[in-house]
Amino acid sequence: MTLFGMPLLGKLTIDAIPLDQPIPLAAGAAVVVILLAIIGWIVFAGHLPYLWKEWITSVDHKRIGIMYTILGLVMLLRGFSDVMLMRSQQAFAYQAPGFLPPEHYDQIFSAHGTIMIFFGAMPFIIGIMNFVLPLQLGVRDVAFPTLNSVGFWLTASGALLVNMSLVIGEFARTGWLPYPPLSELTYSPGVGVDYYLWALLISGVGTLMAGINLTTTILKMRAPGMSYLRMPIFTWTALAGNLLITAAFPILTATLIMLTLDRYLGFHFFTDEKGGNSMMFMNLVWAWGHPEVYILALPAYGIFSEVISTFSGKPLFGYRSMVVATMAIFVLAFMVWLHHFFTMGAGGDVNGVFGIMSMIIAVPTGVKVFDWMLTMYGGRVRLTVPMLWSICFIVTFVVGGATGVLLAVPPADFALHNSMFLVAHFHNVIVSSSLFAAFAGYSYWFPKAFGFRLVESWGRAAVYLATAGLVGVFGPMYILGLLGMTRRMQHYDVASWHPWVLAASFGVLILIASIVCQVTQLVVSIRHRDELRDETGDPWDGRSLEWATSSPPPVYNFAVLPDVHGEEAYWAVKSRALEQHRLREEPHYEAIEIPLNSPTGFVCAFFSTVVGFAMIWHIWWMAIVGLFGAFATFVVFAWRDRVEYEVSAEEVAKLDRENRASRSNTLAVSRRKVAA
Amino acid sequence: MREQDTADDHPRPSNMTSDIPRGPVWLSIGRIAVPAVLALALSGCEGNILDPAGPIAAGEKTILLNATVIMLCIIVPIIIVTPILAWWFRPGNSKATYLPEWAFSGRLELLIWSVPFITIVFLGGIAWVGSHDLDPAKPIAASKKPLEIEVVSLDWKWLFIYPEQKIASVNQLFIPTGTPVHFQLTSASVWDSFYVPKLGSQIYTMKGMAVQLYLQADRDGEYFGLSTHFSGDGFSDMNFKTHAVSDEAFADWVRMAKANGRALDEPTYEDLSKQSIGVPPSTFASVAPKLFEKIVMQTVPAGPGPARGTQGGPQVTPKGGT
Repeated sequence: MTLFGMPLLGKLTIDAIPLDQPIPLAAGAAVVVILLAIIGWIVFAGHLPYLWKEWITSVDHKRIGIMYTILGLVMLLRGFSDVMLMRSQQAFAYQAPGFLPPEHYDQIFSAHGTIMIFFGAMPFIIGIMNFVLPLQLGVRDVAFPTLNSVGFWLTASGALLVNMSLVIGEFARTGWLPYPPLSELTYSPGVGVDYYLWALLISGVGTLMAGINLTTTILKMRAPGMSYLRMPIFTWTALAGNLLITAAFPILTATLIMLTLDRYLGFHFFTDEKGGNSMMFMNLVWAWGHPEVYILALPAYGIFSEVISTFSGKPLFGYRSMVVATMAIFVLAFMVWLHHFFTMGAGGDVNGVFGIMSMIIAVPTGVKVFDWMLTMYGGRVRLTVPMLWSICFIVTFVVGGATGVLLAVPPADFALHNSMFLVAHFHNVIVSSSLFAAFAGYSYWFPKAFGFRLVESWGRAAVYLATAGLVGVFGPMYILGLLGMTRRMQHYDVASWHPWVLAASFGVLILIASIVCQVTQLVVSIRHRDELRDETGDPWDGRSLEWATSSPPPVYNFAVLPDVHGEEAYWAVKSRALEQHRLREEPHYEAIEIPLNSPTGFVCAFFSTVVGFAMIWHIWWMAIVGLFGAFATFVVFAWRDRVEYEVSAEEVAKLDRENRASRSNTLAVSRRKVAA
Repeated sequence: MREQDTADDHPRPSNMTSDIPRGPVWLSIGRIAVPAVLALALSGCEGNILDPAGPIAAGEKTILLNATVIMLCIIVPIIIVTPILAWWFRPGNSKATYLPEWAFSGRLELLIWSVPFITIVFLGGIAWVGSHDLDPAKPIAASKKPLEIEVVSLDWKWLFIYPEQKIASVNQLFIPTGTPVHFQLTSASVWDSFYVPKLGSQIYTMKGMAVQLYLQADRDGEYFGLSTHFSGDGFSDMNFKTHAVSDEAFADWVRMAKANGRALDEPTYEDLSKQSIGVPPSTFASVAPKLFEKIVMQTVPAGPGPARGTQGGPQVTPKGGT
């Protein structure tokens, strides 16, 4: 079939379905069946209207934050399935081809990195920021609620495109950063790189929207009295992280657009021909890539700071020092990108400067570690699950930090660059900072989001197993790097590597056990939710404003916006209540305006997916239809007549009085305890 | 075609580390203690990077170990003290100090900023000096004139051109022990990274660019060499054996290559630059004049990438593995 002389479906034919490759086909089929089953259940059980009204079209930052987190969790599992394939391939591929041919193995490690960073870690961290920030700031929502929804759904659209490549066509075979000239049309003529480009172009816009939105929220929408130096430390790190997103993601998008122009319109930005230069891609992509590390790490440090302070029962040690350290890392993050390619031959001066700049980042990071330790000193440390994640983070993270400093020494990097040592280093830091922080944040704020705590026992097991798995997988990889093994090998023949490769594969089994524990924890907690109920909204004896409202918070977050008089706003209120043995006077309740739900985000992301898919397969008419649809969605949104609805003062009063009643009860109980 | 890293079979001379420059005493202790611990961890197999066979690799190993010792001084206390703090300040411990309001100390702040700062000043010095001393483009001081070798990464094999000997080899590298080698490196297609771990310093090979690298082998042996920058489906087979041999043996090998090899003229080169996986080692008796310059200046065609399908449709990558 053709349309104006062009094939109706572009490059798409039945050959795109990998009927000859059982592994992706079976995996893809399983995912499709599961998805269809879930959709079928939702539709036939009559949950669709609820899902549509309360979640898909919701512009409530808490709902969107939770959806981001769910996307992150699902994609982490998807990325982990790649881990299992890669580790078992290398376990079998000693002097043997293994079970995955290179053209498939190459897609798996590329998809693993792409999914874990862009669709696992990022949505998880952004989800937590989205949920927590307005609550910590004592406000009702983010600055641009509908934009927030659009940003989330565009991220989901990118994730969908990456996963479509599993069954329709192929994914990039270039690694998670598609370095030209390998990613140019000459050397990667298939659709794999195009899947990568369009998925990241679309989700990159979504991430930028989230960054702008959260930055604006922090800068412009704080509770009365909350000056910058009264903001909780997580808010500070989130500010740094979102400023980094706002500054760095446009670089990535621009770089990927240049590569797209090379591939689609015969440009020569990075082809190494006709004046193009592939080294420019390396520089540009790492000018985004290194800040990206801190986009993931800085909010993670913030989560640990909140957790360690809360469970030590003390204010954070050196709050101002932490703020300075955070902002120092924010600035330095843009000044070290060249350490990702010391081996390009830039010469001693350039390498030396960037080596030293990279090491300087270790100073504020080291200060943070010491501040966390001093926060515990003199406290009453409760070893809850979030606190255990934090302690295991400190113990494992310093190893990753130290190996990072080693790799920042250019001559050491000449020996270890691209080796398994490098792989072990960056997994060590990302897993123990971002992932452990995401899990710490998940268990810390779960009661706030859902109104009940998670059971401790399964959580503790998950922490210990994850830490053991981290050591078990990446310890052997450090050694493999010292033995000269490089990354991304589909098979190998060197005898001395084999036992350590097997050891790393064994470590993956421990990680699987950790995941099983965490899934079990969630299931058990949901079944026992009545015993785990958080009645007061303050299950951990918290210190910042998110604990001042009920769990889960009402749609408007706070019945009356809090008045902030110092650091640790809620701790001050709580201390006064404990001293005076009573809550504050009941405030005067007023009606609250809430933004209306909007399907704009979902519909826009639907059309974006259409555009992406059409561009990948060169189905030009479909791309035009998709672009028109996305534009029309915004026109419809811009022409809307009603923007907000009102929650009446009586409704606000009713909910707040319930919460005050349970807080009074708790206060009475604690008085009796003190008296006894 | 598979190759074994037979270097592991060679006995190791016992005076290996004697020529490493000496530093402060505590560094020497570290220099002995850290390899001892690592050797224990690596027992049964020879550590490539920790068992250098040339001055560059030895220098890099020294820097790696010095930096490791410095970092261990910082992180080992943290790893030990953190769990102790968490345990000692548990709620039930009445002996523990209780300072629920304590959140600032100017002296401690000064200390915790100073400790990492001083460490980094020290390490920064090592990095600055090291990145100049061990700059890949810096010639190795020696009485002998360096041997010239031109390296071209192809999809997916290594081409070594010996311009002075006017021969070339594929996937095998012969160098005379004790003579510095000056490598000039480029790529005919995508990026790779040339690396012989036991000789040290890897460097990228890039199309349209020539980079410089000086290496030297201090003892005879066969060393594992590979590409460390992912370059596509045949990447895992882009290995080569580096034979460090005596001057006489090197001359013999050159004679043999001249006697029983094909000519590497431009059509042969173009054929060679097509994608292929697991290419067995071979030699060429002669090389087209200025072939390396032509590859760098891109006056010969670049590697063509994957072959087209039969109907001109989607690409057919050589099915990988062996």
